[in-house]
Order: sequence, then C-alpha cells, then structure tokens
Amino acid sequence: MNPASFLAELRELLPADAIVSRQSTLPAWECDGLSAMKRVPLAVVLPTAESEVQAVLRLCLRHGIPVVPRGAGTGLSGGALPHEQGIVLSLARMKSILELNPLLRTARVQPGVRNLSVSQAARPWGLYYAPDPSSQIACTIGGNVAENSGGVHCLKYGLTVHNIQSLRLVCMDGEILTLGGTSPDSAGYDLTALLTGSEGLLGIVTEVTLRLLPLPEHTRLVMAAFNSTHQAADAVSRIIAAGIIPAGLEMMDNPAIRAAEDFVHAGYPVDASAILLCEVDGAMAEVEARTSQIDSLLRDSGASHIRHAETEEQRNLLWKGRKSAFPAVGRLAPDYYCMDGSIPRRKLAEVLDGIEQLSRQYGLAVANVFHAGDGNLHPLILYDANQPGELERAESFGADILALSVAVGGSITGEHGVGLEKIDQMCLQYQADEMACFHAIKRAFDPAGLLNPGKAIPELHRCAELSAMHVHQGQVPFPGLERF
Amino acid sequence: MDNDLSVDLQDQVQRAASAGYALAICGGGSQPQPGNPVQGETVNLTGHTGVIDYAPEELIITVRSGTPLTAISALLAQHGQMLAFEPPIFSAASTIGGAIACNRSGAARPWAGAARDSVLGCQILDGCGQRLNFGGQVMKNVAGYDVSRLMCGAHGTLGILLSVSLKVLPIPPESVTLARTCGADEAINTMNQLCGKPLPLTGAAWLDNQLHLRLGGSPESVRQAMHQLSEYDRGPDIWSAISNLQHPFFDRQAPLWRLAVTPTSGLPPVPGDWLIDWAGGQRWLSSPADANTIRQIASEAGGHAQRWHAGDGPVFQPLPAGLLALHRRLKHVFDPLGILNPGRLYAEL
Repeated sequence: MNPASFLAELRELLPADAIVSRQSTLPAWECDGLSAMKRVPLAVVLPTAESEVQAVLRLCLRHGIPVVPRGAGTGLSGGALPHEQGIVLSLARMKSILELNPLLRTARVQPGVRNLSVSQAARPWGLYYAPDPSSQIACTIGGNVAENSGGVHCLKYGLTVHNIQSLRLVCMDGEILTLGGTSPDSAGYDLTALLTGSEGLLGIVTEVTLRLLPLPEHTRLVMAAFNSTHQAADAVSRIIAAGIIPAGLEMMDNPAIRAAEDFVHAGYPVDASAILLCEVDGAMAEVEARTSQIDSLLRDSGASHIRHAETEEQRNLLWKGRKSAFPAVGRLAPDYYCMDGSIPRRKLAEVLDGIEQLSRQYGLAVANVFHAGDGNLHPLILYDANQPGELERAESFGADILALSVAVGGSITGEHGVGLEKIDQMCLQYQADEMACFHAIKRAFDPAGLLNPGKAIPELHRCAELSAMHVHQGQVPFPGLERF
Repeated sequence: MDNDLSVDLQDQVQRAASAGYALAICGGGSQPQPGNPVQGETVNLTGHTGVIDYAPEELIITVRSGTPLTAISALLAQHGQMLAFEPPIFSAASTIGGAIACNRSGAARPWAGAARDSVLGCQILDGCGQRLNFGGQVMKNVAGYDVSRLMCGAHGTLGILLSVSLKVLPIPPESVTLARTCGADEAINTMNQLCGKPLPLTGAAWLDNQLHLRLGGSPESVRQAMHQLSEYDRGPDIWSAISNLQHPFFDRQAPLWRLAVTPTSGLPPVPGDWLIDWAGGQRWLSSPADANTIRQIASEAGGHAQRWHAGDGPVFQPLPAGLLALHRRLKHVFDPLGILNPGRLYAEL
C-alpha cells in the first residue's frame, strides 16, 4: 500500500472536485452522528456515477486501501467513522430519484437521496415511503439500507427491509450485481435481505428500488398520561392484546417528558410518570372507532389524562417533542450516553424496574424514551465526564442495560446499528460459532476485507471489552481512542 | 406435540458430515413443488414439533420447524391472531419449516408481506452440524447480518431449520370478497390502481374472466371500502383454494408454471391459461409452451418462472453467472461439504 501512488491514480480516475485530500478539509468527514469517535481519513471520494464507484473500488482493491461508505453521516453508532489509512466513499452526490412509477408504486433512487424527499416526491400521487427515522430530513436511503432503519411507524409498516424491493450492488472487485427485483420474489437466495442492515461491509449500493404505500386517509394522535410507568407498560400490552396495531406507539418517562416539554412546549403533563403517544390511521370511521376503543383501554389501564391532537399542528407538535427527546435530554446534564436496546414487549415493566435499580446503584440519573409498540428502548444515561469516575460508571451502567436486554431475550441494538460503538456488545448476543459465520459471510463478498473493516462484527479476541457512546457537549472525551 | 429432536438431528448431521454423505431434508412432504430432486439420507423433521414460546400480546411465536401449520393456525386463532403471510396449507402434514424454507405466502402477500417478512429469528443446524442462532424474539434487531431471512426460500440448502420466531398479527375482524367480470389486461391495471389507494385490501386475483378482491379489517374500514367499490358484487371465498392450489384451475393437464413478475406487466401472447394472484405479482400458467419460452417471458416481465407440475428440466430460473458464483460462496459458508439438500435449488449448490 502506497498512499501517494494510490492518490495519484485516483486523480486520473475522477474529476478534481470528486476527491478531497487536503488536511484542512478532511476533518469535515472525521465522524458521523457519534461525534465521540473521530478519525481523519486518507481521502474522501465523492463519485457521481456507478461507473466511478466501480473504478474507485477496483483501484482500492489493487492498492489494499480500506473503504468506508458514507451517506449523510447521521448514523449513531460510528458506522461511517473513517479509517486512517482508507478512503471515505461518500455517496452524497448520487442523489437522483431515477424513476417514480405511481402505478407500480415504486421509486428507483440513488443512494444519496434523502429519506424524506422520497415521500415528498411521491406525495402528488397519494403515495409515500413508510420508514421514517427521526433523522429523515437528512439521512439518506443508502444509509437506511446499510442500517435497516426503522422509525416511529415501523410496528405497522415495517423496517427498511420490508420496504425495499431491489438493490444494485457494486462488489469490492467491481462486479455489479442486481439483487431482488420488482417481482414479489426472485430466483435464488434473498440477498436483498442479507444486504439490508449489513452496515457497508458487503458492497456498495448504487441504486435502490423502494416500495411506496398509499397515504392513509386520516391520522389521529392520542396522548395519555400515567402515574406510573407500569401502568403505561400495561396500557401498551392491552392495546396490542385488543388486536389493535397502532401506526405509532411511543412512551416517555418523567425525566424525558420534562426535558422534551422544556425544549418544545408541546403541552406534555410534566407531573406524569409516563406518557404514551398512540397514533391510529385509516378511513375516518375506522379512526373514530379505534380512538374511542383506545381511549377506553387507556382509562382501564389507569390513565390520569387523555388528550387527542385536534389539529395537524397539535399532532406535529406532540411528535416533535418525542422526536427531539435526545437533544432535549442532552440539556439535563453535561453528558448523556444513549442506548438502543430491544426487548420483548412484555418485559418492559421488568426492564424499567431493572434500569431504575441500576440508576440507584450507579448513582446516575436516566431518562427513558421507547418505541413501546415494538419494544425498542432508548435509555439516556446522564453523567458528567468532568467528575472523576462518572464516565466509567456510565459505561458500566450502559453495559448492564444491554446485558439486561439480552438476558430478557432482546438485542443490543434495535435500530442504531452496531458500527464501532457496540462492537464489543455483539459478544453478549452471539456465540463464537455465529460470529465465525458472520465473518465467513463477509469473506464471501469481500475476501480482502477492505469494506468498512473493523465495524459491525467483532474479532473474537475483542469480546472481553465493552465500549459505549459518549457525548460531552460536542467535545471529544477520548480523542486518541484506538479501537482496532 | 411438544417434542424436541434437536440433539438427534444434530447427531444425524454430524454423522453425515464426518462420513461425507448427502442429506435430503424433509418436512410434511406436502409441497407440490419442493424443488429439484435430492439424493441423500432423509432428515425427517416431522417429529420435531411444539411451540417454544407464544405470548399473544407480544405478537411473536417461536415454534419448532416440524410443527404442523394447522396446529399453529389453530393456536393463534384461539387468541384472535394469525400468521400474517397466510402460508398455503397443502395438507394437514404441512409444516412451518417447509413454509419458511420455501418462502410460501398466501393471498395477502402484496400487503402483509411474504413469509420472509414475518421471520424474526431462527435456530439452524449448519452443514457441519453446528447449532446456530440468528435474529431473535424481538420486533427490531439489527445486530449481525440478517441470516434468518436468508434462510427463507433457500430450500434447506444453507441450513436445517430447527425453530423459527415469527411476527403474528390480529385476524381481521371482517373479511369480504368482491368480484366483477373483466378481462385480464383490465384486471391487471385495476388491481395496481387499487393498490395505490388506501383500501383495506388483503387479496386481488383474476381467473375465469373475473376480478376478485378481498377486503379485510375492522367492520368500519371494510364497510367504507365496499361503498367505494360499489360496482363490484359479492364474490365467492376463493382465497384458500387458490393459495393451496386446490382450485379446479390447477387440475389442467398442461404443465403448470409459477411466474413471479412485475405486477403491472401485461400478459404475453403464449398458449395456455392464466390465474393472476397477488395483485398481478404471482401468476400461474398452464401451458404447453417449452421451458425456454416461459423462462424468457418471465424474465422479460421482470421476474422468474418455476416449473410446477409436469414437464421436465430444472425447477428454478437459472441465475446470471456472477450471482451464481456468489450463491456458491454463500453455500460454502453454511455447508462447506455440500451435504444439505445438494442440487435442490441449483445443481451447483
């Protein structure tokens, strides 16, 4: 590997403005949404066409240069953290919606297209793209595929994997494969599913065919307040047990409610121990019938207060509080540590109790926001890295929460991905044999191991350590951290 | 009913792996088209049965692979729930393992998803006899590659399913079939148009010059949809007969093909009879035309064709060379000795 000759050859392949290698400019790509981890890459490459992606990958393979793919860089697990001897392959300039077929209800897009812009483009035909991660204004479809992104509506409408039909993949050796298609299934193995959520380790996606859904006729959001988190968890179970699949079902505990209310003034009841946000959609008669059924289930569970969003503005405001819970909680303490555990829904109350107990044990406060409908927890541990020992306590606390999630039959990550952040916690969830299988899958696609090396699947000898995500007022708590 | 044969099955695979002989994996044996024939010692999964975990409010069930679909459906129905992908039940012997391995889905496929969309996790035996767990018993889990879904439609060539965790859904309280007379081209266009509207569709099929629609959901939503579709009459409940291939259409003598195609594609001029399901995406063709012609038709319509009954030759549409090479590398990951259902999907796997 000779970086100088690699860069010289790279400049012959691509126009000058597609390559960033000046030391003063490179730090713009030094991290993704997990700003605690930073590295400056050798260069950033911004192709505008699949043929350029192909040429760049072939060149990297010849020179043994690692490739870290990147969409908008909104990921929360360090999946797009650069490699110091490698390039960042930014797909941000491949941002065309290539085709929107209203009759077939598909959108064929390049990977750099923003999530929300698909729904905006489809709207004139009464269609939309269902997965709606909170970062949807900025995050790209390519990144969504890499992470198998969810959103607040995935209980009813599914994750990214349920809403894509076909991928074009450029392999590390430059071979181009079409996976899936616009038919309901394809010959051979379901490689579209395998690629979704593969965190850029298997190939570079250059085109995605998305499934579009008809916009619901009506939508209504119900907010309910509870005097205990147990009651709120019970209400979630009752709603599901009644045969209702709400379009969204979200829960926040008191610290999260207070922080969000302070932040957006949505009118949340700040004295409540927990609130639920429950959204139903469908035909008007359907929405009326379901909301009245939900009201009575909420009352039976002991809701102290129930409110319906009467206008679209009120609905958006109530959602805005939920969607900005992370930054809101970030104002409660100098630092917070964001978790992404996924648990069986019936274990919600048990896990909440466990988290509260750990909170006392570690002497650190925690605010909880949940995708309650699908059991995806985001506990936010509050701490101050300037206080000696707090950072380590927060780390141990977080590790215990993930261990608890796995112990009750859940997962270390519901939707943020493993990236580099949770690479060690993978060892809690999988045994050595499964991990060996993951590595073998990686080799089947990328035998040289150049695509996003060191992410998502840990080397087995790493499994003793635990690491975590830390945010300290935009500063780096451990700048020189070497992770592999 | 509750019978765990994991250890015996693991022994059987390990014996085959050390001696290097092939295994032919078998569930209820009810699949009308399980794939290309396999020569090998039978691995019988029908005794490996039982529900490992089911909490209705969780919307998740975990079952052993040999559990009959009828038993699972009956248990779920007691709690007002169902498998969202409505697997075809070809006979009382049909197992969940077979439905998942073959990725078989029923009438609601375009709206509720395929078998693979309901899969959350699985335990498999790989070709070395290792017991491996992938995915989990939770709705959302992005840790590790999605091997569980890779098993769907792999026809046992990547692993023997021991158990699967599946998302389940409430049974729609109301279900109504509507029908009207129309030609195939108009039906294809209409089905696709309707799919773009917020209607509670759970079925759209065309046969014998009749377009059939199934509406499913709450009484309120079904009633409103019926009002919007007032030009349709009430129709017969044909859905399970179509899914289970028990409709008289399937009694025809000419070779039967299953085509999965772009739902909006028109009907090509080929001799034979068509049954269009899945709002245009799945089409059954009974035709004397030769295999190459039918494969080409399917390919031009953006999909693939599977030979169903009668006729000879490979069952599945050939793969492009690059894709086949990748399939072989993946097969090698899970079954380096090539002992699991060799040739079932393709001669090279």
